Amino acid sequence: MSARSSRAIRRALVSAPLALLLLFVLIGPLLTSWSFDAIDFDGAWSAAPSLHDSHWFGTDALGRDLFARTLIGGRISLLVGIVGTLVSLLIGVTYGAIAGMLGGRIDALMMRAVDILYALPFLFLVILLMVLFGRHLLLVFVAIGCVNWLDMARIVRGETLAIKQREYIAAARINGLTTFSILRRHVLPNLLGTVVVYATLTVPQVVLMESFLSFLGLGVQAPATSWGALISDGARDMETAPWALVFPGTFLIVTLLLLNRLGERLRKSLA
Amino acid sequence: MSASTLRRLAQAVPSLFVLLTLTFFMLRVAPGGPFDTEEGITPQTRAQLEAAYDLDQPLSTQYLRYLLRLLRGDLGPSYQYPDRSVNEIIGAGLPVSATLGSLAIVTGLLLGLSLGVAAARRRDGAVDRLVQGFALLGVSIPQFVSAPLLILVFAVGLRWLPAGGWNGHAADWLLPVIALALPHVAIVARLSRNALGDVLQAPYIRTARAKGLPERLVIWRHAMRPTLLPVLSYLGPAAAATLTGSVVVEQIFGLPGVGRYFVQGAFNRDYGLVLGVVLLYGTLIVLFNLIVDLLYARLDPRLRA
Repeated sequence: MSARSSRAIRRALVSAPLALLLLFVLIGPLLTSWSFDAIDFDGAWSAAPSLHDSHWFGTDALGRDLFARTLIGGRISLLVGIVGTLVSLLIGVTYGAIAGMLGGRIDALMMRAVDILYALPFLFLVILLMVLFGRHLLLVFVAIGCVNWLDMARIVRGETLAIKQREYIAAARINGLTTFSILRRHVLPNLLGTVVVYATLTVPQVVLMESFLSFLGLGVQAPATSWGALISDGARDMETAPWALVFPGTFLIVTLLLLNRLGERLRKSLA
Repeated sequence: MSASTLRRLAQAVPSLFVLLTLTFFMLRVAPGGPFDTEEGITPQTRAQLEAAYDLDQPLSTQYLRYLLRLLRGDLGPSYQYPDRSVNEIIGAGLPVSATLGSLAIVTGLLLGLSLGVAAARRRDGAVDRLVQGFALLGVSIPQFVSAPLLILVFAVGLRWLPAGGWNGHAADWLLPVIALALPHVAIVARLSRNALGDVLQAPYIRTARAKGLPERLVIWRHAMRPTLLPVLSYLGPAAAATLTGSVVVEQIFGLPGVGRYFVQGAFNRDYGLVLGVVLLYGTLIVLFNLIVDLLYARLDPRLRA
């Protein structure tokens, strides 16, 4: 990665609105006296948002404060997004770099496996994992990572094939370096730019997947919550309490929007 | 062309076979069985039920019997809906899912392409910024948010359209199709905008303009073919997924499509139903990828090898 493009990436990574959102999700729950799982027995169920009674986003159907729930749910959604991306990164980069580095028949075989996995409906895999090991948050990470590494593997493999043609790789080979050291010292550092860009684009995908799973009731389990779980609850009684849908929905949309925009910018700055 | 088409189809068979085998055994590895949720069932009844569906046989026998039945086009019985076969269930749901899905795909293609063309004609102009903003928004609004929001605004708030259901009125289709089409419109708009923007820099476009062709013809007759390539490779798998029905949209609008059976079937360990839906999806993926490849060859002469 050239100094120019690494500077461009660093500059693009500093996104003020995203930092603000992250900060809000982290310290926001401290601002309210309500806990995300405490029921307000004095207040109304599905109370409308109001500035007076300290339920700024209203309450849900069980009388729990939606401000606290939305932000705590956001922590889970973002955590899953980041950890899930790291899992998919680890698998995808390893797999793709090995396939690209070895080339030939092994490469063809490895990529054929990826093609077949693409056709496997991911939901099924996740449902199966959830059933086999119980619905655990850690499993949401693993399941999403296991599914989402395919794109990364393809991109990394393509990039590795291109890097392999470069002169400095030939020079390294002539100098007697083993395939593994070439991979570690010369290929991986040059993959960094591409990997950072696609990892950034993966985060919103993972956040979306987690929300989708939680919406179906397969993701985080009560009393814990996430944006997907909140939206699922909110959609159920949106006719009487639309705020229970609108607030978590807005947070999710804005987060995905900011993350997608960041990824797009990074991709442009790399090109 | 026909020889290569046949070869591609022959290549697809092993992939589908692997998919089927993987799904079959993964389903059986999962704990629980199809009759766990039956209430007040005696062990004898349970054993009889399992015997009736061959579930007491060794796994390899079940697998072979499933394959043999499949060769005759029979997807087997559903364990959850005892009076219906998987063929009947899919046959009833697929027309609904496929109708909505194809409407959504066509909308996505036409609207997305128009937006992309409008944006690419003047790069970084006002229209371009607007379209890019819309494209970003479109991929950032999940269907499980857009669908309830659409109901909230157009059914609960304005009372223009029904909130769901399937009574054969065209108005029932509108909101689900919008919810299904939105991400496709956004992605096609972005893909075609970027592709067309690059194509318009090409020397042969300058030639076309230099000979005095109106811009409309330059775009639709000369620049459109290469622009369609990335759009097609997105739309192929996307069409397969959309035609088999969206779990979310069908659940929210209460539509009798195929999508919901997958999740329900997996929850209930309805092995036959899940396998049937997976097989349908896999076949459509293969089919649409094949169509995309054939269209590629039509659009780009260099690929006609």
